[in-house]
Amino acid sequence: MERKTKINAEDGKQDLVITREFDLPLELLFKAFEEPELVEQWMGTKVLKLENKKHGGWHFVTTDPKGNKYGFNGVIHEFSPNRKITRTFEMENTPFGVQLEFMEFEKMTDDTSKINMHVIYESVMQRDQVLQLPFRQGVNMAHNRIQEILSKLK
Amino acid sequence: MNLRRDVFQAIADPTRRAILLLVASHSMTAGAIASNFDTARPTVSKHLQILTECELLEQKQDGREIHYYINAKKMKEVADFIEPFRIMWDDRFNKLESVMKKYKSKK
Repeated sequence: MERKTKINAEDGKQDLVITREFDLPLELLFKAFEEPELVEQWMGTKVLKLENKKHGGWHFVTTDPKGNKYGFNGVIHEFSPNRKITRTFEMENTPFGVQLEFMEFEKMTDDTSKINMHVIYESVMQRDQVLQLPFRQGVNMAHNRIQEILSKLK
Repeated sequence: MNLRRDVFQAIADPTRRAILLLVASHSMTAGAIASNFDTARPTVSKHLQILTECELLEQKQDGREIHYYINAKKMKEVADFIEPFRIMWDDRFNKLESVMKKYKSKK
């Protein structure tokens, strides 16, 4: 069964919702956000700090293939195991500001679970800038080429 | 198999992009498409197969010939501006799923 990530970003709003169902029990899904070694594996980042508690902070550093380093940090406001994480998120040295993230975890069956991430940005403009970030150069370059081909279609 | 990613891999190839550009103006047979390239016919056929598999091209039988059409709906879907953002999260979550499945089986 195909499990697809969905993004709901309505025009003119400063938030978005990311949802995804997993072939994983709820406890395993939550663990992936809790254990630094696991976060490092799936996020492809280095975890310098991850304090899973109220008032706790987190700090990740990601290195791209060219060796450039990008820092990410924030504060944890709520940490309820297998249920909810509320945190702030900031990409350092970028104009994207601080975003507020509500991550809710939900059991579907004994072997499946779901995440619902509600992300709120400081403004509509900031949200749209983040959406259009060249996250993955490859994908974006291909994406621009599709636009080019589409422009040929009437 | 991640079909969405395959669409972007399909587009990332210059020959396949050239094929899409050709077919975008009007439908063509495999032979007509191949005549626009110096590459061997079987190579072009392989490209056509990949583009058809990820639904960017559609085949229509016209008598003895097969015509290739561009699938505008699919192209527009892929071109949606939040698609790269979605794919980034989808890749990330696919990774999470495989990391956690391995983690579970190790225990």
